[in-house]
Amino acid sequence: MYAQLVKSEAAEETEQDRAFQERIDRKEKIEPKDWMPEGYRKTLIRQIGQHAHSEIVGQLPEGNWITRAPTLERKAILLAKVQDEAGHGLYLYCAAETLGISRDEMTEMLLDGRMKYSSIFNYPTLTWADMGAVGWLVDGAAIMNQVPLQRTSYGPYARAMVRICKEESFHQRQGFDIMMKMAQGTTAQKKMAQDALDRFWFPSLMMFGPSDKDSVHSAQSMAWKIKMNTNDELRQKFVDQTVPQAEYLGLTVPDPDLRWNEETGHYDFTEPDWSEFMDVIKGNGPCNADRIEARKKAWDDGAWVREGLMAHAEKRRAARVAAQ
Amino acid sequence: MSNHASHPYPGTKTPEGAPRREWPLWEVFIRGQHGLSHRHVGSLHAADATMAMKNARDVYTRRHEGTSIWVVPSSAVTASSPSAKGPMYEPADSKPYRHPTFFDIPDDVGAM
Amino acid sequence: MSALGPLATRMGDNTLILGHRLSEWCGQAPALEEDIALANTALDLIGQTQMWLGLAAEIAGEGKTADDLAMRRDVWDFRNLLLVERPNVDFAYTTTRQFLFDRWHLPMLDALSRSSEPRVAAIAAKAVKEATYHAERSAELVVALGDGTAESHDRMQAALDALWPYTGEMFIGDDIDAELASEGIAPAPESLRDGWEEAVRTFLADATLSVPDSDFAHRGGRSGARHSEHLGHLLTQMQWLQRAYPDATW
Repeated sequence: MYAQLVKSEAAEETEQDRAFQERIDRKEKIEPKDWMPEGYRKTLIRQIGQHAHSEIVGQLPEGNWITRAPTLERKAILLAKVQDEAGHGLYLYCAAETLGISRDEMTEMLLDGRMKYSSIFNYPTLTWADMGAVGWLVDGAAIMNQVPLQRTSYGPYARAMVRICKEESFHQRQGFDIMMKMAQGTTAQKKMAQDALDRFWFPSLMMFGPSDKDSVHSAQSMAWKIKMNTNDELRQKFVDQTVPQAEYLGLTVPDPDLRWNEETGHYDFTEPDWSEFMDVIKGNGPCNADRIEARKKAWDDGAWVREGLMAHAEKRRAARVAAQ
Repeated sequence: MSNHASHPYPGTKTPEGAPRREWPLWEVFIRGQHGLSHRHVGSLHAADATMAMKNARDVYTRRHEGTSIWVVPSSAVTASSPSAKGPMYEPADSKPYRHPTFFDIPDDVGAM
Repeated sequence: MSALGPLATRMGDNTLILGHRLSEWCGQAPALEEDIALANTALDLIGQTQMWLGLAAEIAGEGKTADDLAMRRDVWDFRNLLLVERPNVDFAYTTTRQFLFDRWHLPMLDALSRSSEPRVAAIAAKAVKEATYHAERSAELVVALGDGTAESHDRMQAALDALWPYTGEMFIGDDIDAELASEGIAPAPESLRDGWEEAVRTFLADATLSVPDSDFAHRGGRSGARHSEHLGHLLTQMQWLQRAYPDATW
C-alpha cells in the first residue's frame, strides 16, 4: 500500500537474468547474498524503504490523538497500535538494510524528499472518529496489500511481512470497534463518524495507487514478485469488502454512483480524483509540510542522544580493551 | 536469517561527506515459551550489547514471545555463500538413513 | 482505612500523569528503538493507573470508574508528585525525570507488595516487575548519556539541576502517610529516602554527573495544595473529549 508509484528498474536480459527469473518463477526465495539484478535490488530498496517510511510517518496522524484519547483503555490501545507501527518500520528498514543501504541513509532520503511515503498520511486527523476511520479504512487497505506480500520473492521482505501481518490483525478491528461505538453513540458521535468516512473514503482508495493502465512499473515488479496484485484488483477487493461494513455501521459511503453490479459480482464505484493524488504526492497535500517537519525535528533533536550513546559505548569498549 | 556477513554498508557517508556513525546492527534470537531452540526473529540497532539486549526486549517481545534472548553483532555472523549451496547441503541428500521414515517398522511392533 | 483511597489516588495519579507525558513522545523519539521502549513504559504506567484508580474508584463508591477519576477531576483533586508533571523538554529531562521517579517507585512498590491490605499488595506485586525493568533502563540511559559526549553530559546535568528540587516531595510524609504506615499498608515516605539517595548517587557518579547540593524541595503535588501550571494544560488535552461530550460513551 505503502508502495505507490514505485519506479521499477528495467531488466536486461542476460543469461544470469534469465536464471534469476526462473528462480522466482519456481517460487524460490531470493536471499541477501544471492546474485540479483541491480534493477531488482534498487526497486526493492525503493519499495521497502517507502513502505518503512510510511509506517514511521504513519505514526504521526494517529499519534496526534494519543494524548486526547477519551478513556484509559482507548489510550493504551491507540498507543500500542502506533508503537506497533514504529516496530513495523523497524522490521522493514532492517529488511532494506540487507540490500546494502543503511537506515540512516534512508532516513536522510525521506527527509530531503528523495524517498516517498504513502499519500494517505498527508491527510489530517481532526476528530476522534478519525482514529476509527484510519484503523478501519487505512489499515484495512494496508492489510489488503500486505497479506499477499508475505509471498514476495525477497526473503527478508517476506519474513518482515509475515511478522507485520500477524501483529496488524488487531489494528483494523480496533478501528472498526471505535467506529461502531461512534455510529451507535450520540448524535454528535454519529456525525463525527460520518464526517470521518466522508473525508477518508477517497484518500483510502488512492492508497492502492493509480490505475494499472496508467502504471508503467507494474509489469516488471509483478514478474519479480515484489508486487503481487494489480492496483485495480486490490482497490476493487477493498471496495467490495468495505461497503457492506459501512452499511452495517449505518454510514453512507460518499459516492453517489456506488452500486452493486449483479453482472460483475462487484461494486461499481467512482474513481478518486487522481489530480488531487498527484498534488499530494508532489508535496501539496494538507499535511505534507507538517509531517516532514515533525520527522526532521525528531531526527535533529535526537542527534545528540544517538551520538551520546555511541560515544559511551566506545568509551566502555576502550576501557574493556585497556583492562585486558 | 537476514544476512549481514560483512558490514552491510561499508563506509557510507552523509550528504555532507562525513562518515556515518550509526548504531551498529544486531541480530536477535529468541527462545519461545515452549523450550525450543533460539530462533532468529530479526535485527535492530543499538550502541552496545547492553542496549541491544534492552532494545530486543522492547522491540521483539511486545507480545510475550520469548523467555530468553540472544543478541549478536551482525558483523560477527559468518554466513555460508550461496554458490557453495551444492557442496554444503547436497551431500545430505544421499543419506536418507538419517531420517526415521527411512525404516519400515511393521505396525504390530507398536510405537517406536 | 480512610487513608486507602488517598494512597490509591496518589499512586494512580503518578502513573497517569507520567504515562501521559511519556505518551507525548510517541513518534518523536531519537531512534525507533527508543520510541518503542518509551511506549512500552508508558503502556505499563497506564495499565498501573487502571488498577490504582480502579481501586480508588471502588473505595469512592457511587459507581465511579477509573476513567471518571482520570477524565473528570480538576487540578486540585490530583495527588501526583510535582516531578511527574514536569514537561518533557528534551530527552535529557525525560530520561532524568524517569530515573529519579523509577528509583523511588521501585522500592515503594516493593514495600507495597508486602502491604497488609491485600488489594494494594496485589496491584504492587504486578507493578513491581514492570518498575524493575523501567528502573534498569532509565539508569542505564542516565549513565550512558551522562558519560557520553560533552553535549549529552551538559544536557543531562542541566536536566538534573532543574529536576532535583522536585525529588524531595517524594519523602515528605503527612497524616495520611502516618496512618498508612501505622496500619502496615504503606511504608512511611521518609523511610525510602536513604536507599533512594544511595542508588541515585551511585548511578550519577557513574554518569559523571554532579549531585546538586541544594536540598530545597518544592511541594504541593501529592497534597494537591499547589500543582504547577503545567498540570492544567496536560488535563486540558487529556480530558477534552470527555468534557466536550459528557453524554457520550467511547
